[in-house]
Amino acid sequence: MANIISRTPVREQEPATRAANFEEVCYGFNLEEAQREASRCLHCRNPRCVKACPVGIQIPNFIAAIAEGDLQMAANIIAEDSLLPSICGRVCPQESQCEGSCIVGIKNEPVAIGKLERFVGDWQLENGTAEKAVIEPNGKKVAVVGSGPAGLACAADLAKWGYEVTVFEALHRLGGVLSYGIPEFRLPKERIVEREIAKVERLGVKFEKNIIVGRTLTIDSLLDEEGFAAVFIGSGAGLPKFMGIEGENLNGVFSANEFLTRINLMGAYAPERFDTPVRRGEKVAVVGGGNVAMDAVRSAKRLGADAYIIYRRSEAELPARVEEVHHAKEEGVQFAMLTNPVAVVGDEKGWVRALRCVRMELGEPDESGRRSPVVVEGSEFELECDTVIMALGTSPNPLIASTTEGLERNRRGCLVASEEGATTREGVFAGGDAVTGAATVILAMGAGRKAAKAIHDYIRSTVDRQPTKSK
Amino acid sequence: MYQILRKVKLAENIYLMDIHAPRVAHSAHPGQFVIVRATKEGERIPLTISDFDTERGSVQIVVQTLGVSTLKLCEIAEGECIEDFAGPLGRPSDFVYENVEDLKAKRLLFIAGGVGTAPVYPQVKWLHEHGVEADVIIGAKTKELLILTDEMRSVASNLYIATDDGSEGFKGMVTGCLKELVEVQGKHYDTVITIGPMIMMKFVALTTKELGIPTIASLNSLMVDGTGMCGACRVSVGGKTKFTCVDGPEFDAHEVDFDEAMRRSGQYRTEEQRRLERYKDHKCRIGLDK
Ligand SMILES: Cc1cc2nc3c(=O)[nH]c(=O)nc-3n(C[C@H](O)[C@H](O)[C@H](O)COP(=O)(O)OP(=O)(O)OC[C@H]3O[C@@H](n4cnc5c(N)ncnc54)[C@H](O)[C@@H]3O)c2cc1C
Ligand SMILES: Cc1cc2nc3c(=O)[nH]c(=O)nc-3n(C[C@H](O)[C@H](O)[C@H](O)COP(=O)(O)OP(=O)(O)OC[C@H]3O[C@@H](n4cnc5c(N)ncnc54)[C@H](O)[C@@H]3O)c2cc1C
Ligand code: FES
Repeated sequence: MANIISRTPVREQEPATRAANFEEVCYGFNLEEAQREASRCLHCRNPRCVKACPVGIQIPNFIAAIAEGDLQMAANIIAEDSLLPSICGRVCPQESQCEGSCIVGIKNEPVAIGKLERFVGDWQLENGTAEKAVIEPNGKKVAVVGSGPAGLACAADLAKWGYEVTVFEALHRLGGVLSYGIPEFRLPKERIVEREIAKVERLGVKFEKNIIVGRTLTIDSLLDEEGFAAVFIGSGAGLPKFMGIEGENLNGVFSANEFLTRINLMGAYAPERFDTPVRRGEKVAVVGGGNVAMDAVRSAKRLGADAYIIYRRSEAELPARVEEVHHAKEEGVQFAMLTNPVAVVGDEKGWVRALRCVRMELGEPDESGRRSPVVVEGSEFELECDTVIMALGTSPNPLIASTTEGLERNRRGCLVASEEGATTREGVFAGGDAVTGAATVILAMGAGRKAAKAIHDYIRSTVDRQPTKSK
Repeated sequence: MYQILRKVKLAENIYLMDIHAPRVAHSAHPGQFVIVRATKEGERIPLTISDFDTERGSVQIVVQTLGVSTLKLCEIAEGECIEDFAGPLGRPSDFVYENVEDLKAKRLLFIAGGVGTAPVYPQVKWLHEHGVEADVIIGAKTKELLILTDEMRSVASNLYIATDDGSEGFKGMVTGCLKELVEVQGKHYDTVITIGPMIMMKFVALTTKELGIPTIASLNSLMVDGTGMCGACRVSVGGKTKFTCVDGPEFDAHEVDFDEAMRRSGQYRTEEQRRLERYKDHKCRIGLDK
């Protein structure tokens, strides 16, 4: 493994500058940088990166195409396995997937696979066709619930095979977490997310917004009254968790979902343009250590706060992407590790005044293999703050399951579905966070595509039994 | 886009609108609400469904202008469109699920205040159409602010009006009127349903507790999505945290922590006032204000 050049640095906004704006942190590679980085790939005969990719992108092949300067070829290779390269290139936890298995990474830094994927994805958004795809319709209708990565991927595949697909979305904007959760500085909305969605629209997929399945209409009405032959549920895991500690309903305590939704979906970071307000705290404590916590704390920082992460385990256990933790630190976010809140303390007017915490130490490993934190006796202290944001994870919204006969849920409230996405109800499929609980974009996208295949098989197998319904 | 089919000014600062939204109309029940976004830059605001017409595919809302979002909504003219209209949300009123014969045996009293009168109307109308009797008290500061009294009279068994200044009906608050009915006139009620400003509902709840009448309140907490994903709307009911948008909006009024609910409603007050001033100032300068 001789003479491998060092990993190509990627250009970023200066930490001090970006900590005060919502523009994208990372500028990405230009062609020259991408080709330099591509030259670092060893083209292993048995590529471990491909095995570690949840959707099995042919990584060495697309990297070879970049090295040759054939970006269209690179885009085509990725497109075989992934629908959203410019998004996954930005948000996948590469360090525990492709890059974590890269042979170059053993002695050196791994090939920047994520940044290369992003480069190809962005190139394609800039240079790809803007024409509507010509597809022979097959006369069958499929409904997709939710426009997050799972729903988008499922809809796109089905549309390519000729299905008339309608996506029903509860919110007024498409994209799921990509739009309401992950902030602009990590995933630009107009430049990236909306254009990825436009690609799906060009396949002929129809979108109906402001439709809350379970309220505005039901799974049954889609199947029985509106003539859909099958339904895919990609409704995500949107319910916020709270700790159940004293003082959680004080003014100034928010779920990360509320804080981020106000900022991203409602545009509250740009008050001169948008009407929705958001709390601009002076000292903000964010409880949690995942991507959601990092997004919330960095958003609070950008709104002008002194921002803290409060996490009950140690830094090694932080579940967030390594890059986000690194960026957060550069931006001046402070990390209080091995710290757990026990109560939120209010002032006489009912506003947050402090977060009462205890110190933790790591004990024996739990079922997940992580060492579980235990309280250090007598370590209680108060962290003064005026805003507390709970980023403790989310679970699936029970609305659809509770309004659909025969749709089973497990103990964690997730829909029960087979590996292929078949639920316990005939003709109803599901995938993404709705099935797994909060996970990742790439897993949701992969699940959407698997379910599309299963729906295709299902409809073909029932075609003789059921006359084609039309409307 | 959702077209405003009809717009009527009911009182100073209160407008009624029929919105074209066939899917919402098709699924709506009394007690539910919609989330409305008037413009592309706008807030998502919750408004109660005050009536709906399945044939015409329309949903009626009654809006009181308070801040920027309600002002912007009420500036849109009949025939024009609003950006987003999502619903129906929340749980329908409990009585929708009750046996009509059981309901008929009950003495129901609705107590409405201000713009809360609007959502009371479809509930009383629904009951009237199912042969169930209900009395109604409508409260307002003064006569000019009363809305929907004729409509309400046509569906209520008895309509009582209370104005703070005595310009119409009973002089005093709705709670005074309630006590008069029960303690002086000897009326008996099995259930009270109250919708209106949080402070009014708080005092109605205190009074009915004293009088021993089970009471339901429809809460108007702050909301963002209205589907259970943010927790902005959380309230304490019987010591437990509930989300108004999915667990409500109707709760047992004697269990609701109204002081917390009112405090939480005011979380953005300073910011909202600032925005309102700025918006009014802006309209003045570009000469839109009449
Ligand atoms: C703040 C944040 C940061 C994250 N960062 C990362 C990251 O860096 N990397 C990564 O890989 N993953 C990240 N994730 C996780 C990732 O975003 C999710 O795993 C992924 O979006 C799940 O996709 P999905 O399609 O299953 O659901 P979602 O993206 O949640 O989409 C579900 C959609 O369904 C809609 N819906 C729900 N109920 C209904 C209904 N009843 N009727 C109609 N529509 C409905 C919702 O409004 C939503 O639009 C992050 C998540 C959050 C919240
Ligand atoms: C389930 C539900 C149903 C509702 N139904 C109706 C309805 O049918 N008609 C109607 O006119 N309104 C209704 N509301 C209230 C309505 O949503 C608010 O008036 C609106 O969001 C205010 O927006 P704004 O930007 O105009 O005012 P803001 O700028 O948000 O507020 C202006 C002022 O009013 C106060 N305020 C705002 N909202 C409330 C509230 N909920 N309670 C007490 N004070 C408040 C603010 O603190 C501020 O001082 C309902 C609310 C809920 C939750
Ligand atoms: S409004 Fe967001 S959870 Fe109720």
